[in-house]
Amino acid sequence: MRSPWRWLLSVTFIASIPQAQASGWNMPVGVTDISRDIYGLHMTIFWVCVVIGVIVFGVMFYSLFRYRHSKGAKAAHFHEHTSVEVLWTAIPVVILIGMAVPATATLKNMYDTSQADLDIMITGQQWRWRYEYLGEDVAFTSNMSTPWEQIRGEEPRGEHYLLDVDEPLVLPINRKVRFLMTSDDVIHSWWVPELAVKQDTIPGFINENWVQINEPGIYRGQCAELCGVNHAFMPVVVHAVEEDEFEVWLAERKEAAEQEAMGIDREWELAELMERGEAVYRAICSSCHQPEGQGAPPAFPALANNEQLISDLDWHIDLVVNGVSGTAMPAFRSTLNPVEIAAVVTFTRNSWGNDTGDAVQPSTISGWIAQ
Amino acid sequence: MAPKLPPQHSLQQSSTAVAGGQSHHEHHAQPKGIMRWLLTTNHKEIGSLYLIFSLVMFFIGGIFALVVRAELFQPGLQLVEPEFFNQMTTMHGLIMVFAAVMPAFTGLANWMIPLQIGAPDMALPRLNNFSFWLLPVAFILLLSTLLMPGGGPNFGWTFYAPLSTTYAPPSTTFFILALHIAGISSILGAINIIATILNMRAPGMRMMDMPLFVWTWLITAFLLIAVMPVLAGVITMMLMDINFGTSFFDAAGGGDPVLFQHLFWFFGHPEVYIMILPAFGIVSAIIPTFARKRLFGYASMVYATAAIALLSFLVWAHHMFVVGLPLTAELFFMYSTMLIAVPTGVKVFNWVTTLFRGSISFEPPMLFALAFVVLFTIGGFSGLMLAIAPADFQYHDTYFVVAHFHYVLVPGAIFAIMAGVYYWLPKWTGHYPHERLAQCHFWCSVVGVNLTFFPMHFAGLAGMPRRIPDYALQFADFNMLSSIGAFFFGVSQLIFVLVVVLCVKGGKKAPAKAWEGAEDLEWSVPSPAPLHTFETPPVFHRTHPSE
Repeated sequence: MRSPWRWLLSVTFIASIPQAQASGWNMPVGVTDISRDIYGLHMTIFWVCVVIGVIVFGVMFYSLFRYRHSKGAKAAHFHEHTSVEVLWTAIPVVILIGMAVPATATLKNMYDTSQADLDIMITGQQWRWRYEYLGEDVAFTSNMSTPWEQIRGEEPRGEHYLLDVDEPLVLPINRKVRFLMTSDDVIHSWWVPELAVKQDTIPGFINENWVQINEPGIYRGQCAELCGVNHAFMPVVVHAVEEDEFEVWLAERKEAAEQEAMGIDREWELAELMERGEAVYRAICSSCHQPEGQGAPPAFPALANNEQLISDLDWHIDLVVNGVSGTAMPAFRSTLNPVEIAAVVTFTRNSWGNDTGDAVQPSTISGWIAQ
Repeated sequence: MAPKLPPQHSLQQSSTAVAGGQSHHEHHAQPKGIMRWLLTTNHKEIGSLYLIFSLVMFFIGGIFALVVRAELFQPGLQLVEPEFFNQMTTMHGLIMVFAAVMPAFTGLANWMIPLQIGAPDMALPRLNNFSFWLLPVAFILLLSTLLMPGGGPNFGWTFYAPLSTTYAPPSTTFFILALHIAGISSILGAINIIATILNMRAPGMRMMDMPLFVWTWLITAFLLIAVMPVLAGVITMMLMDINFGTSFFDAAGGGDPVLFQHLFWFFGHPEVYIMILPAFGIVSAIIPTFARKRLFGYASMVYATAAIALLSFLVWAHHMFVVGLPLTAELFFMYSTMLIAVPTGVKVFNWVTTLFRGSISFEPPMLFALAFVVLFTIGGFSGLMLAIAPADFQYHDTYFVVAHFHYVLVPGAIFAIMAGVYYWLPKWTGHYPHERLAQCHFWCSVVGVNLTFFPMHFAGLAGMPRRIPDYALQFADFNMLSSIGAFFFGVSQLIFVLVVVLCVKGGKKAPAKAWEGAEDLEWSVPSPAPLHTFETPPVFHRTHPSE
């Protein structure tokens, strides 16, 4: 490297080339009427600022150039001018009123959540989203599916690095969908730029928002409110499909849910539970308790070789079903079904050196929840 | 004294008064070494302590920022774990706000307010000593949390509950204690400043004769007294939730996490003006000096400052547009926020009109003041965009917000502080700062600050959230540019340290009136200003009787 300056310049230049070709400098126009309105407001206020900036900085730089002491400029003596001062107070007020009128109309529209065709409950959890199609008996959690190896740089990063999930939220286009939003733990914020929906999910509150998507497609976003250690790894993916395609998908999900419900009453083999449990553990538990169960004390206790966990099955089940108040451990009674809870309890009792041999049955868990 | 340039204060501060004061004080046994600084009640020495403390903290907070920028240089996790990354973003914000910017302004106030109003010292000198020495205690305590089990604060400088209560690391109790101590320091400092300004002005100096730095600090001090207790209240509620089983912010116990945000931002929004109003005062002193022309619209500057301060109590929920406020609240806070553009605009127009038909030269303080006007205005524009509530649903919690508040804080508050330091260094040390080096510092800082923060606008608009240690691939180029800019800016600040050290040691000698166009009372005392000044009050004359 001959000179650090040259190095800096070349890096700056090279870095700017792909940027010039890709879009993604500006707010997306989006695929809803509201997102288009917001984009319009954004560009209007932007150009207003540009015009004011050109005038103010124009006068300023003209003065700096024209009235230089070094060129013998002599200072004038004025220091007040009432009518000018009134004018430059009044003109901004008029401009601001001009901006406030369309902004008010858009905001009113955004707040009109009435007459929705479909209600979806969105629940933020550290660090995943849970979607519940209200009145349809369909509910699932959506976890980031970008593998940890990509984040660590051990394998090449995919096209949708950090913005891929195992189960996207599927929505029909051309229908008004109302979101009811809350959180199980800390504050999260559900955001998809192309839908122009960003709404905090707050424990103890239910917020409302709505969307009516005009074009089918896959729209990606992220949690926008700092929610703890894995805040960056909590993407949102919305799959917008034609209305009939949505109906087919919904029917399939309902049937799968019924199948799952039937599984509660039968006897499960240890191997079956272990396989299912590993999948649940990876999706739900490993972000805190770590892939090998080693935990991250003091916030997240280790599960591997945890004496209390190994010796006390009831305590273990109660922990998963009801959570531990005052800590980061949530109650899973309503977010996982009995099969999943039984499987993940079994898995943690028989992995990483824990060898209890327990095969916890889904029926046991459903009995526990009923108590 | 240039007769053509009002205001023409009579600069009758007699050198005999100064000399007499010194001989008087020679009777006291002056403690030596560290005890001199621990026990000092002199406003100039305490001012220097504040400024040195602030500079040290500026570098510590800057190193935290560079850890953040280094991790964000490329996608993926390379250098630090997300847990430590969150501690770095949090500590960077807390240190810069409470330990760098605020003490720097208090230091300038300590040095300059008595000199600008012709007072011998601050009204309450022992309280002044106490308010400074609370600060090192507070911030050593805060920094020590990084070494505690579970790490330091990791919930952002806004520490939203319940992430900062139920889900916080055990060190949070120490974080609360540190913030309490820093808050007490600020309140005591503010009381002292108000008492000084209201009681100790030179005979004949009316409120509307005060330099704008004094005016803006008077208003800032009232803001501090109004809102620091609110911060103390909210962190005490956190303390109760964490340690004594209350549920102010815990929804499971019937508490309200949104209440936290209302209380925090009722403190937090006036707080951001606390960090910018004194900057307005500094710039309003420097621009007329180097334009050799009286400040345009002095009275409207005072009224605009007061208007901004009053409005700052009515806009807090614009930080909360996406928490689910009712429509009427959203509209109220959108309108009130947009209104702030009016008095802020008046200030910018006044500065530009002061330049118009002036006689302008470009000494280092002026360079920083001019960059302040341009870059702070750019930060003001993005602030106006953020005020549009529907659009804020897209901007909120993205890098667009990060770009906005760094534009008003770095080339805003911090450039103004540096402008003030370059402006008053001749008065403090008796020497002019090295001009070439200062210019080099200026140009490196301007390039660095824009390279760091301008690309953040684009990253935010394209959809990058704040406070993430890793990001999707489409944000990679913007982040690489920002990181290069941040390191460049950070290294450039070493030049600033060099200039200050050289200036203390020596350099071109400065006369009492170090700048040709300077008018205020501080230029009537010798350079360097002796330890005790204005023990006999100067007589203040004005040649323009009504403003």
